[in-house]
Amino acid sequence: MGRLNEHPAIKKAIALVLSYVIVQMLISTNIISDYLQVTLATICINIILAVSLNLITGITGQFSLGHAGFMSIGAYMCALIVLRMPTIPGFLLGVFAGAAAAALVGCVVGLPTLRLRGDYLAIATLGMAEIIRVIFLNLEITNGAAGLSGIPKFVNWFWLFVFTAGTILVISNFIRSSHGRACISVREDEIAADAMGINTTKYKVMAFTFGAFCAGIAGALYATSFYFIEPGLFGFMKSIDVLVIVVLGGLGSISGSVLAAVLLAVISTLLQSFPEIRMVLYALLLIIIMLFRPQGLMGSKEISLNVFGKLGDLFASRKRRV
Amino acid sequence: MERLLQQVVNGISLGSIYALIALGYTMVYGIIKLINFAHCDVYMIGAYVGYFCMSYFRLGLLPSLLIAMVVCMLLGVAIEKIAYRPLRNAARITVLITAIGVSLFLEYGTMFFVKAETRTYPPLTGWLARIFRIGNVVISMQQIVLVGITVILMVLLQFIVKKTKTGKAMRAVSIDQDAAELMGINVDTTISFTFALGSALAGAAGVLVGIYYNSINPLMGMVPGIKAFIAAVFGGIGIIPGAMIGGYFIGMVEVFVSGYGNSMFRDAVVYAILILILIVKPAGLLGKNVREKV
Amino acid sequence: MAILKIDKLSKSFGGLMAVSNVSMSLEPGELVGLIGPNGAGKTTVFNLLTGIYVPSSGTITLYRDGREIKLQGKKPHNICKNGIARTFQNIRLFRDLTVIDNVRIAMHKNVGYGFLSGIFRLPSYHKEEKMLTEKCMELLNIFKLDHKKDEYARNLPYGEQRHLEIARALATDPILLLLDEPAAGMNPAETSQLTELICWIREKFNLTILLIEHDMSLVMKICERIYVLDYGMAIAEGTPDEIRSDRRVIEAYLGEAANDV
Repeated sequence: MGRLNEHPAIKKAIALVLSYVIVQMLISTNIISDYLQVTLATICINIILAVSLNLITGITGQFSLGHAGFMSIGAYMCALIVLRMPTIPGFLLGVFAGAAAAALVGCVVGLPTLRLRGDYLAIATLGMAEIIRVIFLNLEITNGAAGLSGIPKFVNWFWLFVFTAGTILVISNFIRSSHGRACISVREDEIAADAMGINTTKYKVMAFTFGAFCAGIAGALYATSFYFIEPGLFGFMKSIDVLVIVVLGGLGSISGSVLAAVLLAVISTLLQSFPEIRMVLYALLLIIIMLFRPQGLMGSKEISLNVFGKLGDLFASRKRRV
Repeated sequence: MERLLQQVVNGISLGSIYALIALGYTMVYGIIKLINFAHCDVYMIGAYVGYFCMSYFRLGLLPSLLIAMVVCMLLGVAIEKIAYRPLRNAARITVLITAIGVSLFLEYGTMFFVKAETRTYPPLTGWLARIFRIGNVVISMQQIVLVGITVILMVLLQFIVKKTKTGKAMRAVSIDQDAAELMGINVDTTISFTFALGSALAGAAGVLVGIYYNSINPLMGMVPGIKAFIAAVFGGIGIIPGAMIGGYFIGMVEVFVSGYGNSMFRDAVVYAILILILIVKPAGLLGKNVREKV
Repeated sequence: MAILKIDKLSKSFGGLMAVSNVSMSLEPGELVGLIGPNGAGKTTVFNLLTGIYVPSSGTITLYRDGREIKLQGKKPHNICKNGIARTFQNIRLFRDLTVIDNVRIAMHKNVGYGFLSGIFRLPSYHKEEKMLTEKCMELLNIFKLDHKKDEYARNLPYGEQRHLEIARALATDPILLLLDEPAAGMNPAETSQLTELICWIREKFNLTILLIEHDMSLVMKICERIYVLDYGMAIAEGTPDEIRSDRRVIEAYLGEAANDV
């Protein structure tokens, strides 16, 4: 087991394959019922949203309250394509077109607004998301307030897994590359980062665009999982929902976002039977966490797979002593 | 021409509401640099208090207004003490999320207790129901009362801020909190006072809206809140006259876009104004750009 | 042939002239001091040189590889790419990052792999990251920070934080280094150590150094030439001996006891 420590890539690959297979088996044997599968889809979509928002807000320090806007672009783009091309290639085209459209908007919106400071940026992104929502509410092709229905369902556990694991991997690889470090320096001290040769605007826009791309994927997955989308689904409350997951998990911690997404979905399901009280408790939870543990579950640390390595070391060293 | 005048009258009325709410946002932001997301829900609570006063207790306009203002004042101070004060030195995003939590708590808490349906204010009677006509332009007594009360409150506010010691303390704390404290100003009390003032104004706005538009519901604060905030940013966040100017400006824009253009795009135009001002002059109309010292 | 020429540089904020008609020139390899009372505009000159402020008038020209590069109006990161690095008067380290990450970030502009390579962990990523770590460790070795490479920058003692800032600036591979009060808050022993270090890095990295400092023991000892600012204007320029005995400088800044230093 000690040798596995030298090949983190292999450890990761094993963990990934295992998690896919286990869940797939649970689904096939109906231990995870249809109802739970809906929850599973919600969790995965929220993970993608949270991880991408974490990239923008937790890693690069740009406060974005408009993430749902990017999600909606991905959802509508994908829905419109898939309604006309209800095949797997159509689905894939829809996902990537949705993500690309979201990324484009992210870039265009980001360029002028990312020079704003903290709170101002937050409101600007909020305004942007609302403008997008109003546009979708009034376009003929998106069917306005009635939304788009009858969207063929393509998303199953396989696609959820591919896109969720893919997003997590790509974003964590980015963070631990030099470009990711540049983004972190933007968060830490923009003036110092500039003085060290980092084009802070470029990296802010890069993080924003990348985050929007992933949110677009999430939106596309949403559309092709739940048959129906309308502008109201992607309003301010959705952006807040994602932000809560990110903050709960810890700004800057990818594994935190994953954990928090799961946790909040579980809590939400548990409180399902008490709809009126649910939101009140949710709000109280938010306030209490901010007051008593603002760094969230993980702070800005990550769960490392080294945990398994250390366990392995334990066995290995015992063996050697004998 | 008369259509134009009518829009102006309506715009001033709507603008008064936005101005009252915007003042609360701007004062709180000015003093602790927080976007108080819960502010629009204090406005909503004011509307409900006014509703209960007028419907169940059969109180008149003025008593209801005063009671709503006092209740909101206390509510605002309580929120600051419980949720924001402990986070005085925390990261900005932490307080912002707490503010969002308080906002959700107020909205859904209210929904839990009084149910989500729309309530209607009792119709005004007597001299309050009068309507004046100048040509084809209609001005209701409600509008006059609305604008009148708003102006009185704004004048009172300016007096407090400019001519009293507490007002001076408010201005000092918003410029440099530490220095103010070193000069012997009780920062905690001053901040509480600021919240009290802003919340009282929001409460008044709530009652006035109830009288003017008649219907209220637990989520009524969200959209006016955002627009009032945009108004505050437009005029220059943290600057009191800016909030007043911004409020009337946004009120006018909204009424004119609705009246002459497409009411569907009414909200979008207001958001677009926000984006525009943030790109062109983020400090707002009356604001000055303060650079970070390197 | 000068490496840097500042010609009639001025900067006004509102009505206040923070820097007024300042001209300076630096020869390659020189160690030049910039002194003056607080508020004289020294850091403002640094901020103008590094692009944080745009000059109200005047020019800044860098000469390297036979080219003339006009710096006024350029963005800070571009100026850094042209070879000017700096430290800050109030330390601006990346506090929540480790010592080695602080230095690694400064090397980013010269990193040899792209965005996609980083995401998909192509071979160039692994190769470059290894080289990067080696180069960082070499630098940290010089400043005796190698054993603290995984320590958070905010946990370092003050003197080591100042050293780290210099190491980070050097990691950007500059030809001109601007040091803003590097000895601030240091005791005499630390200052003397720093003095030696500055001379040493000038040799080793082939640098030109412009130094703002209030500690005259450091300035008079290692600076070959000194510029003196007062109220935004250059009031004197010369060797340490000349400056020490300059009437205007003594009145504005040094005081009579300066001759003892």
